Amino acid sequence: MCLKGSESEYQRNRSSHARGVEKAAEILFGLCGMSAILAVGSITLYMIVNGIPAVLQVGWKEILFSTVWMPTAKEPSFGIFSVILTSIAGTFLAVLIGVPLAVLTAVFLSEVAPAHLASIVRPAVELLAGIPSVIYGVLGMMVLNPLMYRLEQWIFADSETHQFTGGANLLSAAIVLAVMILPTVITISEAAIRAVPPELMASSLALGASFVQTIFRVTLPAAKSGILTAVVLGIGRAMGEAMAISLVSGNSVNLPLPFMSVRFLTTAIVSEMGYAGGLHRQVLFTIGLVLFGFIMVINLVLHRILKGEGRP
Amino acid sequence: MAGDKGQRRMTQCKMMTEKLNVYYGKRHALKDVDIRIRSHAVTALIGPSGCGKSTFLKTLNRMNDLVGNVRIEGQVYLDGEDIYSTRMDVTRLRKRVGMVFQQPNPFPMTIYDNIAYGPRIHGIKGKEQLDGIVERSLRQAAIWEEVREGLYKSALGLSGGQKQRLCIARALAVEPEVLLMDEPTSALDPVSTLKVEELMTAFKQKYTIVIVTHNMQQAARISDDTVFFLEGELVESDTTARLFSHPADRRTRAYINGRFG
Ligand SMILES: Nc1ncnc2c1ncn2[C@@H]1O[C@H](COP(=O)(O)OP(=O)(O)OP(=O)(O)O)[C@@H](O)[C@H]1O
Ligand SMILES: [Mg+2]
Repeated sequence: MCLKGSESEYQRNRSSHARGVEKAAEILFGLCGMSAILAVGSITLYMIVNGIPAVLQVGWKEILFSTVWMPTAKEPSFGIFSVILTSIAGTFLAVLIGVPLAVLTAVFLSEVAPAHLASIVRPAVELLAGIPSVIYGVLGMMVLNPLMYRLEQWIFADSETHQFTGGANLLSAAIVLAVMILPTVITISEAAIRAVPPELMASSLALGASFVQTIFRVTLPAAKSGILTAVVLGIGRAMGEAMAISLVSGNSVNLPLPFMSVRFLTTAIVSEMGYAGGLHRQVLFTIGLVLFGFIMVINLVLHRILKGEGRP
Repeated sequence: MAGDKGQRRMTQCKMMTEKLNVYYGKRHALKDVDIRIRSHAVTALIGPSGCGKSTFLKTLNRMNDLVGNVRIEGQVYLDGEDIYSTRMDVTRLRKRVGMVFQQPNPFPMTIYDNIAYGPRIHGIKGKEQLDGIVERSLRQAAIWEEVREGLYKSALGLSGGQKQRLCIARALAVEPEVLLMDEPTSALDPVSTLKVEELMTAFKQKYTIVIVTHNMQQAARISDDTVFFLEGELVESDTTARLFSHPADRRTRAYINGRFG
């Protein structure tokens, strides 16, 4: 009797103690979760509060759709249209170059490469993701730009009007971005391709389809949502990159033509925030807000894709 | 005279193996298998799990080529032609020897595109011609009435039994001569199973069928010939009627009476 009583006493104590720990842990987790929301919320708020004043002062049409960027002139003009277009064009080109390469690499890794070769390529891809972006920039500057300059000299040999960029142009930036999104797109695409049931491919082969036909008509379509996710993440990465491309893109505000020196949303902020003041500085915040908007849209799209994936 | 006789034997025998040995690395999965598969008949392969039924089936359309460390010795003939000879075009072979898998696995596309997949691969482009093939194949697989209204819906929305009949239709669409089926009904409910069994009996007119099954009643019901495997060896091969009523080997008797496996 006595023993039993003390035992249940012990249990009661223990369980009330355990309940306390549970409660505390719950609150801690809650707080951590809240802090993420708080961070996103406050950043959003900060971006809006700082980005809007310039819009109100200059006018949104003028900022978003004028191509004249002369922030320090006597009669300054703050059109960022070229910069917005550059970010879109650069990202688009990077995806155009990088995604096919990445998806084919993913096919190679998941379906073609013998195990020992895959085990060499895969870490190499992962290493690519770990290289700091400034290194990409420096390499681009030293290796890619001179090559690009040669190409430029050859193409525009007879041109009277072309402004030579020394190879620091949109194309160089797009190529560097393409390489930088490779690891993201490869890794996620490979996972998506591996998730395709092998019987699906076997069925295609059993109908007399070749390996290549099977890959392009069955495997890749079946891995579509995963590959799309990879592409969207790649777009996000390319859109937000600043350091590497500021070194290879020539950094002057122009419409995004392949052999023009250009400035991106990100590099515009990087290169001018240091010295800008007054309205100029506020417009840079507006640029930040525009970039933020792009990233938000990209994440929304991603969210949609991932939600769609859950359904059959 | 002798040539005439040989000719007749060949027309009756659609596929044939001679001293067929298959190894997965060191594992000896099939041992000296000699089989004749009669044309326009249903041949059932039975035997306990791991005895090599699927392995044997996959040697008939060279799906084993896809496995990494597989080694195949001996001969497999289709209409007297060695399918492992270097002159054999594997994609043509697989068009002639179709396969239906255990798990129904339609491609993630519309019902129509699933059926048209094979014909398109083999170069048929005309819309009318494809429409015809799609309808004919779906009718043959007894699923036309159920899907005719929704041909352009995703095949993934069908029930398991419907999916399997769709996969059969998909295999028929390339007009194979031989149809290999690896436990095609083991993932299906009794009603769907019955439907697929009825199909197989009807298919004999046009095709030669080889089916792997774990279900003795099924083998007895639908097959003309039965082959019993044990640990990679062919123990006994005979007409189904004889094999089930008078098995020559005691191991066969034990197996069909459910005493092992
Ligand atoms: N890809 C492979 N690699 C290595 N061994 C394999 C492979 N496929 C099959 N085997 C082995 O070969 C033997 C025969 O396998 P198989 O799949 O042909 O058996 P089965 O008769 O179809 O069995 P079940 O009735 O379970 O489907 C088994 O011992 C199996 O472990
Ligand atoms: Mg099997």
